[in-house]
Amino acid sequence: VRRLAPGRARAPALTLVLAGQPNCGKSTLFNEVAGYRSVASNFPGATVSYTRGEVRLLDRTVALADLPGVYSLTSFDPASRETQKYLLSGSADVIVNVVDASVLPRSLELTLQLLELEKPLVVCLNMMDEAERKGIRVDPAALSLRLGVPVVPCVASRGRGVRRLFGEAIRAARRSVRDRSLPVSRDVERVIQSLHRRLAAEPPGTFSVPPRLLAVKLLENDPDFLRFVPGAALRREAARLRRRLQAAHGRTADAVIAAERHALSMDLAESSSRVEKPARSWRDRLDDALMHPVWGYACLAGFLWLFFQGVFRAGTLIEGPLLEAFARISVHLSGGSAGASPWGAAASGALLGVGGGIAVVVPFLVPFLFGLAFLEDAGYLPRVAFLLDAFMHRIGLHGIAVIPAVMGYGCNVPAVMAVRILESPRDRFIASVIASGVPCSARMVVVFGLVGAAFGPLAAFGVYALNLAVLGAAAAGISRLLPEAVPGMLLEIPALRLPALRSLWVKTWLRLKDFVFYAWPLLIAGSALLAVLQALGGTDPLNGALRPLTAWLGLPRELGLPLVFGLLRKELSLIMLSQALGSGGPLHGLTPDQAVVYTVFVVFYVPCLGTLGVLWRQIGRSRAAIVTGLSLALSLVVAGAVRFALAAF
Amino acid sequence: VRIVAIRGGWAVRQRLQNMGLHPGDFLVVKRSAALGGPQLVDVHGTDVALGRGMARNVWVEAAP
Repeated sequence: VRRLAPGRARAPALTLVLAGQPNCGKSTLFNEVAGYRSVASNFPGATVSYTRGEVRLLDRTVALADLPGVYSLTSFDPASRETQKYLLSGSADVIVNVVDASVLPRSLELTLQLLELEKPLVVCLNMMDEAERKGIRVDPAALSLRLGVPVVPCVASRGRGVRRLFGEAIRAARRSVRDRSLPVSRDVERVIQSLHRRLAAEPPGTFSVPPRLLAVKLLENDPDFLRFVPGAALRREAARLRRRLQAAHGRTADAVIAAERHALSMDLAESSSRVEKPARSWRDRLDDALMHPVWGYACLAGFLWLFFQGVFRAGTLIEGPLLEAFARISVHLSGGSAGASPWGAAASGALLGVGGGIAVVVPFLVPFLFGLAFLEDAGYLPRVAFLLDAFMHRIGLHGIAVIPAVMGYGCNVPAVMAVRILESPRDRFIASVIASGVPCSARMVVVFGLVGAAFGPLAAFGVYALNLAVLGAAAAGISRLLPEAVPGMLLEIPALRLPALRSLWVKTWLRLKDFVFYAWPLLIAGSALLAVLQALGGTDPLNGALRPLTAWLGLPRELGLPLVFGLLRKELSLIMLSQALGSGGPLHGLTPDQAVVYTVFVVFYVPCLGTLGVLWRQIGRSRAAIVTGLSLALSLVVAGAVRFALAAF
Repeated sequence: VRIVAIRGGWAVRQRLQNMGLHPGDFLVVKRSAALGGPQLVDVHGTDVALGRGMARNVWVEAAP
């Protein structure tokens, strides 16, 4: 598989698309062949928009698209609508249907619908190891015979079977396709056929979707497919047939069709696999504890505590020696070229930026991102959603909203993108208030670098708890203002998995790269700029303009600018802090109380530019402005309150 | 328990069917979260978390 390196290519001749149910390993497969560009996690809905890559496969270049997972071709949320649109647009030459072999009956329901698309199809029978552990033995040949398409067993996480899969896919592109839909039971099939014939009788080119698929979806009364049907006569005919099905079966037509499809895929699964009674595994026992009504919450609290302890200990371990080394270098440098000229100031400022990046940000960022990647891949997040659903209902959201919130602890940008897994715009709005308000890893650097350094990890944990309480209250307030019935939770809880070390590192690196290439240069430039301003005496008027803010917070006057720079990237405000107050560690020249107030303000105030951009795209300009204003107001109130509370004691 | 019927509108039915809950299927209620939280059910070997509001749409009878 090593040979399948991403290629720099001319226009690709062939487009392959990965489609499958959520959490079946599409992104893992994608990463295996396209290099790591798509973030795979162990929870349904990790991929919210599709990723494209160009790949050299068996000496030719093909385009490969990784689509968000869908349970069927009927869609409910924006992510699955994306998939539906892509599949129906016909821009794929071959569909690679990734199927989780450990839940074969349900997975095949999507396969049956993909067959109706009348495109070359290859089934990737993924997670064969997982299935065997569950005592399920699938016979790919038998399944292939029934479905009439190639079926390749794979373990994408280990790269097994991947090469053969894409070989089959490329061969499949050359084959012509006929209608391979499998018939359902007689009377329902007759109704489908009758509508199918009626649709096929229209002049060719009337519909952009295959007539049989359209017939089935019309009988299911799927509103997304109605738009493909011009003319009221056809719609009336579909409605008449729906009533006929309902009269014959005593339930609605969509339930009849779903039941037929369900029975057919159960039959397919049974005829091609053998199920043995699996032994009760350590996973089941672990799950018993993790989702227990009492112990589950204890575990959750324990994990969080361990997580913060781990990040803090690992961070300080690396930070100390690094800071010392940089202090020595900067002393050495400033001794050589006295920083009187603007250029000298710029150089020493830039050096401080470089050093701050390495010594302050990286030590905390790496263990944090690694820990988050571990929790994601192990499949703990959906369990958190399960545990906290009742609590989230109190603040007017449901448990699934926990996932973007937790992702926000890594970076707010993907977190705000992840609010798309929620259905209603109102839920998305509230969730994005939380997702953008949660302290991301950049803000974590400030928390650990200031409060953590001054008072230890427990105080840092306290800042997080305060943040969570305030956000919860804010979300509850907003949901009071925008009352709406919250839909019930319906979420698949994937099996626990022991994450592969390699994918954890790759994921950590992928997210760290963002910092190294995007934030670090900004950091260095910002630090140099501040040094030059200082050398030229330009900081004073600017800080003067910001004096009302710093006065309200009881902070030294010099901190006005660092706060503003935090708008670009939050870790800037820590680095600039040391720049503004003179080198010698970020804590130099601040009282512990001031450090806390500063941190609280930075944690709450306006999300960084990147997050603002995504917010704008996801929930619209006016709502993004509301979120921003809200966070500014919150930060002023909360940081002020903290200041006076600390002064009182 | 065995599912007798699924109540609710078109969207609710479709979503439950997508998760593999159909009338006539067997499911095992494994546990429920605290404070009236969701219930964890096992359908065809997958664990699915069902919010209370959702679960109310699923009518079941004791398995024979």
